[in-house]
Amino acid sequence: MSQGIQVVGLYVRDQDEALQFYVGKLGFRVHTDVRNGDYRWLTVQHPDQPDFQLGIFTPQSPVLDAATAQTVREIVAKGAMPPLVLVVDNCRATYDRLRASGVEFTQEPMERFGSVDAGFRDPAGNGWKMIEARRSAA
Amino acid sequence: MGTGQDPELLRRLLRAKDRMDAASHQNWPVPRLARVSGVSEAHFARSFKDAFGVPPHRYLLTRRIERAKALLRDTELSITEIAFETGWSSLGTFGRTFHDVTGTSPGDLRAREKATAYQLERVPTCFVRAAHRPDLTIAVSEKRRRETGVRRDESRKEAEVP
Repeated sequence: MSQGIQVVGLYVRDQDEALQFYVGKLGFRVHTDVRNGDYRWLTVQHPDQPDFQLGIFTPQSPVLDAATAQTVREIVAKGAMPPLVLVVDNCRATYDRLRASGVEFTQEPMERFGSVDAGFRDPAGNGWKMIEARRSAA
Repeated sequence: MGTGQDPELLRRLLRAKDRMDAASHQNWPVPRLARVSGVSEAHFARSFKDAFGVPPHRYLLTRRIERAKALLRDTELSITEIAFETGWSSLGTFGRTFHDVTGTSPGDLRAREKATAYQLERVPTCFVRAAHRPDLTIAVSEKRRRETGVRRDESRKEAEVP
């Protein structure tokens, strides 16, 4: 792939905590982890998606002014950031595994519309839906 | 602008909101919610309202109505079954509150929704739900008062959720 979306970023309250969550618990891999002074460019990848990076950033100066950074921290903590969806082969099995590792689930696996989905949050408050891939004949 | 609340507190208040989302049919008295958030009972309701714009029990009510609407639309459960399934202890309270919030009765809503074809399979269900959530910015009793133009007996109990 030469064209397409390469990085989509999330705001988190703490990059070390987020790294422990996305890599240590969800099983993502670190793609880039580079510091420049107080700034840290950190991206992770799903092991099956080498073309896509999830950026993990903190709202901070100099990108944001102090008041805006504080507002963003509040928005993240209130769970008001946009939806995130993780597709898995087996929702219930993944739920059991992640829950045992301490992931904060907001919704147990539910079967609806021919699939199974569950919900969890990262430590910062970002909400994920975990949806079982439909077994399509197509 | 932010509300000036500590993000760590907001994260814990979000946990109470999540718990109501996950089990809106249950009773969520303030002490239970305060415990989930690690906030004192005295401060919980105010902190929640500052964070999410509505008092906790009104939030719960919107979730119950939203869920009732989904069940009316997507299942063949009777209205009585839906009332109890979504946490109401009386069919009368359910019907009245449903009407106050949505402007229609459960039966009429069902009839209308069944007549409309939906193409929502491609949108994750939870996001569809959120889009159908009633936007309840005022108390149900106040909404009722404004719509009827009649000043009700003040002793009448607020129809918010216990």
